[in-house]
Amino acid sequence: MNGRTDSLTTPEGGGAVPVPAVHVAGVHRVFGSPRSPVQALRDVSLSIAEGEFVSLIGPSGCGKSTLMRLVADLDSPTTGSISVFGKSTRQARLDQDYGIAFQQAGLLPWRTVRGNIELPLQTHGAAPAARRARTDDLLDMVGLSEFGGHYPDQLSGGMQQRVAIARSLAESPKLLLMDEPFGALDEMTRERMQNELIRICAETGCAVVFVTHSIPEAVFLSDRVVVMSPRPGEIREIVDITLGTAGARGAGLREETSFYDAIRSVREALHGSEPAAVRGAETR
Amino acid sequence: MKTESRRRRRPSAVAWGIGGVLLPVLLWEAYKAVGPASGVSVGGVPLLPRTTDLAMPHVWTMLERLLAPESSASGAGPMWLAVLQAAGFTLGIAGAGWLLGVAVGLGLAMLMQRFRSANSALLPWIILSQTVPLIAIAPLVRRWGSQLEFGPFIWENWMSVAVISAYLAFFPVAIGALRGFGAPEKAHEDLMRTYALGWWQTFLRLRLPASVPYLLPALRLAAANAVIGAVVAEVSIGLRGGIGRMIVEFAAAAGGDPGKPWAPIFGAVLLGLAAVGFVALIGALLRRYRRGEQAA
Amino acid sequence: MSGIVQDPPAAPAAGVPPETRGAAGIDPGRFSGLGHHIAAPLLLGAAALILWQGVVWVLEIEPFIVPGPLAIVESFADNVANVMGAAVVTGVNAAVGLVLGAVLGVAAAVAAAAVPALDRLAAPVVVALSVIPIVALAPVLYTMFGADQQATRQVVAGIAVFIPVYVNSLRGFRQVKPVHRDLMRSYAAGKWQITRSVTLPSAVPYMFTGLRIASSLAVVSALIAEYFGGPVGGLGKSVTSAASSSNYTLAWAYVLGAVLLGLLFYAVTAALEKYFSRHTGGS
Repeated sequence: MNGRTDSLTTPEGGGAVPVPAVHVAGVHRVFGSPRSPVQALRDVSLSIAEGEFVSLIGPSGCGKSTLMRLVADLDSPTTGSISVFGKSTRQARLDQDYGIAFQQAGLLPWRTVRGNIELPLQTHGAAPAARRARTDDLLDMVGLSEFGGHYPDQLSGGMQQRVAIARSLAESPKLLLMDEPFGALDEMTRERMQNELIRICAETGCAVVFVTHSIPEAVFLSDRVVVMSPRPGEIREIVDITLGTAGARGAGLREETSFYDAIRSVREALHGSEPAAVRGAETR
Repeated sequence: MKTESRRRRRPSAVAWGIGGVLLPVLLWEAYKAVGPASGVSVGGVPLLPRTTDLAMPHVWTMLERLLAPESSASGAGPMWLAVLQAAGFTLGIAGAGWLLGVAVGLGLAMLMQRFRSANSALLPWIILSQTVPLIAIAPLVRRWGSQLEFGPFIWENWMSVAVISAYLAFFPVAIGALRGFGAPEKAHEDLMRTYALGWWQTFLRLRLPASVPYLLPALRLAAANAVIGAVVAEVSIGLRGGIGRMIVEFAAAAGGDPGKPWAPIFGAVLLGLAAVGFVALIGALLRRYRRGEQAA
Repeated sequence: MSGIVQDPPAAPAAGVPPETRGAAGIDPGRFSGLGHHIAAPLLLGAAALILWQGVVWVLEIEPFIVPGPLAIVESFADNVANVMGAAVVTGVNAAVGLVLGAVLGVAAAVAAAAVPALDRLAAPVVVALSVIPIVALAPVLYTMFGADQQATRQVVAGIAVFIPVYVNSLRGFRQVKPVHRDLMRSYAAGKWQITRSVTLPSAVPYMFTGLRIASSLAVVSALIAEYFGGPVGGLGKSVTSAASSSNYTLAWAYVLGAVLLGLLFYAVTAALEKYFSRHTGGS
């Protein structure tokens, strides 16, 4: 638990304007040499409130992963500013204010499931007993209590990804960054993982930045879907999803008309006003 | 084909292994039986060796010689014991050289992984060091023994041997470790960064364990190289007591005792196998860092 | 040195990409491709030489410990004919061994790839040869071929060369991508056609990797074999004889000659490797 940072960043009471979990203001990111610059992000501004689930969606090359890496301080914007809980991204990283999960589960193959989840706690000097207790909780949360002693290569892809999520939650962050975490999973596993993620979010109340290119996934999980367009990457539209709180969403939601309506509006935002023409251009 | 070579490690492998050992023995004896006594030469250039009992003793002559006493002097122990003792002596020096070489190799690899400039400045020289026969200096360090003194510390000849053996051993370790330290996936490196870990912590938690599958073959090569370096350096420096010196001394006795020069050669084979076996043992201990190998 | 399979420490994953090529995975292309990085190693080398010379001067180190680089170069220039003569003897031995070992190595790899039983039979011998000091065989070989012959040195170099060429070539023959073989099968190509158009081209870079590793081994083995006996002549014998007449600076000049010979062999095989693998770089 990051008690120290919580008290610093959350303006408890006082009635002040709450500090957003992530605040992105006028960010540009240019890759490549000055002679042949590649504009990965152009003038991106976005604010994510505490406890809010926001998906970034768009075709390959729209800079959604780049944006997430900027928030994680794995990369720096060319111009513009990003703050996480009112702090610089660097400070937020040093304070371990966020947890992160990638498309590949990225588990260390020489550590057991338990060892992998303990890794962030261990590197930050948590006491062994506290570490154990926390890991037990997390294993329980992702439903892998019996697999603590297994090695990653003994688990299925979905189980590995669950371990990665447990690992990203180890420090009880108030912000979770996820870069296509279910991208490599089959459709059925994927839906099950989405159900679990939304349950975990309801339990922990953390804000999530979720990169995906699946429209149903974005709609099912999110409070808002940020639709991005490529070359240069910019925000085309932000679609509000009004399907209820995380706790109220269940697997049954996927059958409901409101779900399909939301999918349609995101799809329209993604393909612009002339879906057919754009789609034709993109497959070429 | 790949699966075939993997399946090789089944019980039938033992049969194949025995066949593989017997085959050269059969070839040896067959050529000895039919080959001309003076060998085969074309225009004065010898192509095939002589087949006399002196030049090519029977395999059983070599084996019998191992069981006989080392020399005709009374009280001489059996040959195999002398060979084992000499091999043990050389193994000790090669071990010291191996440790030194591994330490230097790991140190260089860490330096190169940490600093880009060190990488570009050192790597060409490290590669170059293996393309040139710098081992030619071995006879020149003979004079270092008992001539170099640093206060109470006196340089001894066995140290020269160990240094030369370390020189041969460091290279595979430096290169293998450098590749291994660079082996972690990008996602793992990003993860360590999000944990706000410094270079040293990242090295200990990620790079070092991830390098094990690369390090083990490097350590095995280094062990074999260290043995070779020790044997060669013993000969050229003239250090007594080891297998290298024994090879040269016994070769002089070939005239009256054709089986004798082969005894230390068996010792050298044993020595190489022991060194490689030792590294295999390390590999077994580090099994859990090699899970990726099986999964892949 | 001698028979070591200087196999690059193999990567653990199944799909070891073409980086496997190169002495322990270093592509010779990296050498020329260093571009602006060329200055750093040169600076380091110059600094080391100056330090060496400086230490020799300041501490007044006797030549029998180590002479300074200037003295070595001077001695080298004064005796360039002798050094060249010795280098030719050793170089010819190494070259004969290299060609002999390489031809036999590739031939054996072809045989082993075609007949798996041969591969299995050869395995223990290859393992043994790769862990023992080949030069240790020199004394018995001198007895077998005659102590007045250079043949022993060539055979020693040849055995040392054989191992990496065999191992790398065999690995190359197995490197054919299944997708390529399936493609050829779908074209109803015959066995020889598959060999010519898929197997050989995939194996060539590996063969040359083996050859480049082997070229250094050939020089080193031919040279060390001289320490184990045999006729005079050659760099190794010259080093020992100069050292035994206490002419240490001259001995170091011969060592310099050996270094240059090693570089020559490496450069030639690296250039060959680059030429023959020009189309197989990348993936």
